[in-house]
Amino acid sequence: MSLNKPYLDVPGTTIFDADMAQKGFHLNQFCMSLMKSKNRERFKSGEIAYLNEWPMTEAQKDSVLKRDYNLMIKLGGNIYFLAKIFSCDGLSFQVAASTMTGLSVEEYKKMMITGGRALDDEICAYEVMEDVNHG
Amino acid sequence: MAELSASVYTSHVPAIGAAIDNGKTGEDYWKPLFAGYEYSKKWVVEQKPDVVILVYNDHASAFDANLIPTFALGTGVEFNSADEGWGPRPVPTVKGHPQLASHIAQSVIQDEFDLTIFNTLDVDHGLTVPLSLMFGQPVSWPCKVIPLAVNVVLYPPPSGKRCYALGKALRSAVDSFDEDLNVQIWGTGGMSHQLQGPRAGLINKDFDTDFLNRLVKDPEGLSQVPHIDYVRLAGSEGIELVMWLIARGAMDEQVTEKYRFYHVPASNTAVGHLILENK
Repeated sequence: MSLNKPYLDVPGTTIFDADMAQKGFHLNQFCMSLMKSKNRERFKSGEIAYLNEWPMTEAQKDSVLKRDYNLMIKLGGNIYFLAKIFSCDGLSFQVAASTMTGLSVEEYKKMMITGGRALDDEICAYEVMEDVNHG
Repeated sequence: MAELSASVYTSHVPAIGAAIDNGKTGEDYWKPLFAGYEYSKKWVVEQKPDVVILVYNDHASAFDANLIPTFALGTGVEFNSADEGWGPRPVPTVKGHPQLASHIAQSVIQDEFDLTIFNTLDVDHGLTVPLSLMFGQPVSWPCKVIPLAVNVVLYPPPSGKRCYALGKALRSAVDSFDEDLNVQIWGTGGMSHQLQGPRAGLINKDFDTDFLNRLVKDPEGLSQVPHIDYVRLAGSEGIELVMWLIARGAMDEQVTEKYRFYHVPASNTAVGHLILENK
């Protein structure tokens, strides 16, 4: 019998469950390595070489090189782990979050200041991202 | 005897810590948020807790994908501020209370909560931001802190029901500790927010308001809310709110609401804050 996963149809959302954690284990552990400044320096001075030291899939490595956070999440990355990459890039959580929404940083900040994304806005935003990802 | 007198609930957004550490609390963006904690800072000075049991979650700082305990209690003497990738927050070392913490561990395990126990662990913004919000920037924290880390990163976190029941077990542990101590329990994280995917930025004020109301008046009923409701209505990271139920479970059924504050946004998050006292 398979596990009940009632969260699979929540729009624009990937839940980091046991299957995703399995898929993303090495991607997430690579992210953890960036907690050490010595590793951050090595990563910055040669991203491809550094990524090749990890048993990640080519798709995972490519998603990191492109800083495509939606894709990293799809490939098993968890946002708190991925945060080590954008921190290493000197980006705030808010800027990184905006890149996943199809909004510009300014538009995203404005949305948050005016009360955040409304619950009924989610479908609309999701469709926008489908276009962004596949258009 | 030790007495559990009050509980504090607050979000623990990392950007709040950064605003404090970098002297930005007076900026227009942050002013309303910090004004919302002025009452609480005075209140906690008057209350003088000896020990705070601080329920929080680690954000892939001390626990990576190798080790993911659902509930982990700190019985160590002290806990340093974690380096989350940009250097540790410049805050005092957190001092534990090994005797009370060990007593709690033994008591709740006998109560069928199979806790993980740690002694050496760096605590991240999940634990230090609430301390900064309540105590400001002292040279040393004015009370001992027992960290209780809850997994809310890997789905599923413990259920609301389980969290609420753990709170009750923590309460009987505190009640059976011989030393005269004024103990508080703090529940942190939330409120509605989503940090990932195209739906990032979700805020749900109605959900949050209802959560605050029910946490005060109907915690038992609130503890029955399934995870999927949090995910759908409060965002994928809004599920951190189950940690508030641990703190509420440790309180009396009837409580006095001393203070409430709600503000949107801090970075990507709705900030909620409550102070409840036992009658």
